[in-house]
Amino acid sequence: MIESLFRILALMRKEMLAMFKDPKSRVSLILPPILQCLIFGYAATYDLNNVPYALVDQDRSAASQALVAKLDGSRIFTRVATLDQAAQAAPFIDNQQAVLVIVIDRDFQKNLSAGRQTPVQVIADGRNSNTAGTAQGYVGTILAAFGQEWRASQGLPGAAVQVTTRAWYNPGLETRWNMIPSLIGTITMMMTMMLTAMSVAREREEGTFDQLLVTPFRPSEIMIGKAVPSMMVGVTQSTLILLVAKFWFQIPFAGSYVILYLGLVLFLAAAVGIGLFLSSIVGNMQQAMILTFVVLMPFMLLSGLTAPISNMPAALQYFTLINPLRYAISITHQVYLEGAGLAQLAPEMLALVAIAAVTLPFAAWMFRNRLT
Amino acid sequence: MTTVEPPVAVAAANLRKVFRRATGETVVALDGISFSARQGTLTAIVGPDGAGKTTLMRLVCGLMTADSGDLDVIGINVAANPQEVQDRIGYMPQKFGLYEDLSVQENLDLYAELHGVTPEQRKAIYPRLMEMTQLGSFTGRLAGKLSGGMKQKLGLACTLVRSPQLLLLDEPTVGVDPLSRRELWEIVLKLVRDEGLTVIVTTSYLDEAERCDHAVVMHAGQVLAQGMPGEITAKAEGCTFMATPPDGMPARSLQARLFQLPQVIDAVPEAGKVRIVRAFAEERNPLALNGAPIPLEAVPARFEDGFMMLFHAVAGGGLRNVMTLDHPPTGDGDTIAVEVHDLTRTFGDFTAVNHVSFEVRKGEIYGLLGPNGAGKSTTFRMLCGLLPATSGTLRVAGADLRTSRAEARQRLGYVAQKFSLYGQLSVDENLDFFASAYGLRGTRKRDRIAWAKQQFELDRFSDLPSGQLPGGFKQRLAMAASLLHEPEILFLDEATSGADPMARREFWGRITSLSEQGVTVIVTTHFMDEAEYCDRVVILDAGRTLAEGTPAEIRAHAHPTEGREPTMEDAFIAIVEESRREQDSPIARSAA
Amino acid sequence: MTNIPTRRSGGLRRIFALVRKETLQVFRDPSSIAVGIVMPMLLLVLFGYGLSFDVKNVPVALVMEDSSADARGAVSGFELSDYFDAVPVKTMAEAQRLLLDKTVNAIVRIPPDFARRIELGNAEIQVLVHGTDANTARISLGYAQGAIATWLAREAARGRMLAGAPISVDSRLWFNEANESTYFLVPGLIVLVMTLIGALLTSLVMAREWERGTFEALFVTPVRSSEVLLGKIVPYFVLGMIGLALSVVGSKLLFGVPLRGSLAILIVVSMLYLLVALGIGLVISSVTKSQFVASQITLVATFLPAMMLSGFMFDLRSMPWAIQVITYIFPARYFVSLLQTLFLAGDIWAVILPNAAVLATMATVLMGLSVVFTRKRIG
Repeated sequence: MIESLFRILALMRKEMLAMFKDPKSRVSLILPPILQCLIFGYAATYDLNNVPYALVDQDRSAASQALVAKLDGSRIFTRVATLDQAAQAAPFIDNQQAVLVIVIDRDFQKNLSAGRQTPVQVIADGRNSNTAGTAQGYVGTILAAFGQEWRASQGLPGAAVQVTTRAWYNPGLETRWNMIPSLIGTITMMMTMMLTAMSVAREREEGTFDQLLVTPFRPSEIMIGKAVPSMMVGVTQSTLILLVAKFWFQIPFAGSYVILYLGLVLFLAAAVGIGLFLSSIVGNMQQAMILTFVVLMPFMLLSGLTAPISNMPAALQYFTLINPLRYAISITHQVYLEGAGLAQLAPEMLALVAIAAVTLPFAAWMFRNRLT
Repeated sequence: MTTVEPPVAVAAANLRKVFRRATGETVVALDGISFSARQGTLTAIVGPDGAGKTTLMRLVCGLMTADSGDLDVIGINVAANPQEVQDRIGYMPQKFGLYEDLSVQENLDLYAELHGVTPEQRKAIYPRLMEMTQLGSFTGRLAGKLSGGMKQKLGLACTLVRSPQLLLLDEPTVGVDPLSRRELWEIVLKLVRDEGLTVIVTTSYLDEAERCDHAVVMHAGQVLAQGMPGEITAKAEGCTFMATPPDGMPARSLQARLFQLPQVIDAVPEAGKVRIVRAFAEERNPLALNGAPIPLEAVPARFEDGFMMLFHAVAGGGLRNVMTLDHPPTGDGDTIAVEVHDLTRTFGDFTAVNHVSFEVRKGEIYGLLGPNGAGKSTTFRMLCGLLPATSGTLRVAGADLRTSRAEARQRLGYVAQKFSLYGQLSVDENLDFFASAYGLRGTRKRDRIAWAKQQFELDRFSDLPSGQLPGGFKQRLAMAASLLHEPEILFLDEATSGADPMARREFWGRITSLSEQGVTVIVTTHFMDEAEYCDRVVILDAGRTLAEGTPAEIRAHAHPTEGREPTMEDAFIAIVEESRREQDSPIARSAA
Repeated sequence: MTNIPTRRSGGLRRIFALVRKETLQVFRDPSSIAVGIVMPMLLLVLFGYGLSFDVKNVPVALVMEDSSADARGAVSGFELSDYFDAVPVKTMAEAQRLLLDKTVNAIVRIPPDFARRIELGNAEIQVLVHGTDANTARISLGYAQGAIATWLAREAARGRMLAGAPISVDSRLWFNEANESTYFLVPGLIVLVMTLIGALLTSLVMAREWERGTFEALFVTPVRSSEVLLGKIVPYFVLGMIGLALSVVGSKLLFGVPLRGSLAILIVVSMLYLLVALGIGLVISSVTKSQFVASQITLVATFLPAMMLSGFMFDLRSMPWAIQVITYIFPARYFVSLLQTLFLAGDIWAVILPNAAVLATMATVLMGLSVVFTRKRIG
């Protein structure tokens, strides 16, 4: 037992040396996660600002002027052109100079004062329908508020029914709050899976794996000795991203660090398990790289990171059950933003344990039984 | 015969090439090399590891440029016009880059196209190449599935798809079995003698250099000597003798002892005796061992003797080849250390090892010999527990390593064919890891690592990443790592493949002294002269046992040769060829 | 029998031989097929079926603390709409529990004295969403407001002005009338496929030749380094175009994504991007000469930017200016812009010309660099 422990420690030491000895590889394990977190933290957002729009104001009334002032003052919209006719607007959308064209009708002020339906036409560039939909939503919100304000300023009766909205856990509805905690799992999974998938493939290609197998190492010891250092790298990277999220992006942390780290360790065990599993079945590094990629891709796309899982068809939703990233994102969201406790996270944690419990022993078995 | 010398094909003057390691230190690969190779001749470049042979070849074919000096290749300044040279010459690098996922035919076609050989010309040349290399029946096979020897022959065929003006071969016979090696050389010699091709070959097989027209002996980036092989041989004229060991003493033990004597420059076991080279021809006194004189019989010198003579002058003696174990294995010599019974291994419908049986007693040196693809490596992998046997039993130190607990592996050491320690870790880190892997801790670990570094003279490389060690030291480190835990049984898979003559002598010295202290050693090798160090050998081909016995018993199989006693290599070739004739299918030599 | 090849015809023949060799290798290596054929199909299915930003059937808890006709009317929009799955819930506490464990994504609450307060002119409808997925939350909120507005408009038509002056938004979505997110994901798919084949696969196979030493023998033949490069470019170029064809045909057949621009222009700009990607792959592998390092750099330098910084998933204009500057370095953004326009808008030269010009420049520079870096030299 104690002999076994010492062997595992020796292997872990060797793995750490191999990873951290070379300054270049040291930097490559630390810097890319931080850079990716910073760049993607800013880039990966569905929030809009500075949306360019073209205005067609056919009313030229006090009310329409006030509406334009409100749009321009919102900091969400930037007016790039003021036109007379709707027909002139087309090139602005075609050439991607404007995302929206807002057409204010001739009778805008008259209808508004009379309390009639007051349509405002909003034309959006559907090439990115997500952006377009969001921008139209913003316009709708601004228009609704404007209607109330304008009538109040004119001394006209206001609305009998108000809609009040509130968003839990993310009052400003910033996608960044959603994205950056997700990056903890996403970035570390990419790096650790690549690392482990390459590690055994590289030892096989260089012949050192046979040398390892003739020593008293048991397959399970090799598995642990390879998995733990990768997980330690993963925990370090997660911590770096967590620090960036908390101190650079200033996203408030609501939960318990102990629970978050417990979740991350389980997640990394599952991710490393899949990495080792892939590593144990491939013949060389090129195949390891490509196979990891083919597996990582659906994991990333079907994790709820970019699009909600509940929108997916049933078959793909079932597939996400074996996706550790899905659970990692769910755990980080719930702990980070909602402050969830262990009881609430039990299903996710158990699922991760199950993935690790299947992949790790299989990888260990394959170490010795794969025929070359 | 005229005295007019043929024109010069390659002329090198004062070539110098310095490399910078990643760590910043500089290594002088070539230190003012001058030599010339004449048209229509075969030039051999010989020298130990790190002498600069490969660098020189790469300069000649324009893949590198020298820092200074002049190099003319077939009348072209290669540094200025590498492409002009590359259009006209053929080059077979040490590791010929065959495309392993292409078939033999596809590899050939690729090179034929690249050399601009028209389909009509191919019709003429392909049958010749196929006949020469005997690859005709394998044209559809993927190159990756060929045996080592066949790969080398295909590599040669690819460089010969059109007659080059100059052919460069860099260590073409490393890792190639004696049969294929002989065939390769027949091809090359035929090209030189019959077609007047100019060939430059580097080699660490000194018997090959003997067959060349011109030999260049290199050492540490300099030329030690050059001339006709006979001129090199002449340096040892009158200094070479055969010594007969006293009764009951293995030749290798006498060899190891003689090697230690200051007046002996070289000693190798040969045909049950020991061939020695003495420092001075005039010294006629008999050599004595423990007071008893050793009978000596003068024999003609050969190239290798002259080479060793040259070397002794620059590198000095003091070859360290004795090692002492702290805790030699116990038990008497009748214990069976390794037992293999009816061992079979199949891959699909291909039988790699076919009902092989043998036993190895404690303290024996046991050799597994056979052509490429004979099943040696497969047997080896099964013995070490890396591969399960299809049927049959095997016991190593009383256990089947495949199924036994991990502790059983504690009793064996393994040195792989290819350097397989962690290249990016330093010497100390590698030793530390393998010591811990074998359960050594604390003072004992420190002592053992210190012992290993002292025994293998690795102290000055402690912090160097092992991947950057000079070739010979890599092999020493691999041995050191496998001996840290003082194993009872040592497995060495082609441990001397590609090693230079010095490193091989040193290696065998160590093996001999380990065996004398009770360590059982199992080796595979392609150097038949090394089989002389073994107590017993088994010869395998196509997975079957062809012969087993002491070197003397094996030699008895050889056909009588004129003028000299048959060597191990003669015997080996005779045995394998006879068996293949019986099989009545020369193609039975399928690859593993 | 000495035959020095003639310079003119030799080059073409050598290139052809190298292309043939590379093609054979592609067919024999399962990983090339995996990247060239399996990956596009996989991505097509994932993007087409898996990723959808279209919020539909949002589970919403309806807490009716008032049972008046007005209250029922106000929530009728939720019960009828495709966008929502209404779950009637008795108490607010229970609704909050459902929101917490994400059984529902939103709560709509009609307070107890809703009908009475309408008469007083200060009635309130509360809409609560789970904000962790901000994007879905925002879209759900918009739909909820729309559902309520529908009721208000119906009441207004009957002469009850409950909402003051209802400004109705008359939305038009040009190029994507049906508001299908598949439409804008397809361009992303093509960018990813092209990037993987062009940059990742090419850098791997090129680095493999350096690593395995196959170049050493190849170099000492009449072959020129530019021919070696072309021998690599042509097969992977073809593989990339096959990937393009699979993506275009697949998206048309499976998801009915329109191609409004001309196919010829699509092919031309895709070729340009493919050349850029190939150039990146060749330069990276020639510099690093190692599969492992090359794959890592390719991943960070091409794949991740193509996914995150190209504008296919996240809008470039909303990024901070520093990030926007970075996006100009990566070729993917120009290609995404071209693809979105060609697929959904048509042949709009004002978009096509500048973007294609940038890609053409990048392709030229990278091809030049790869020639500079790929020398017939060892060590």
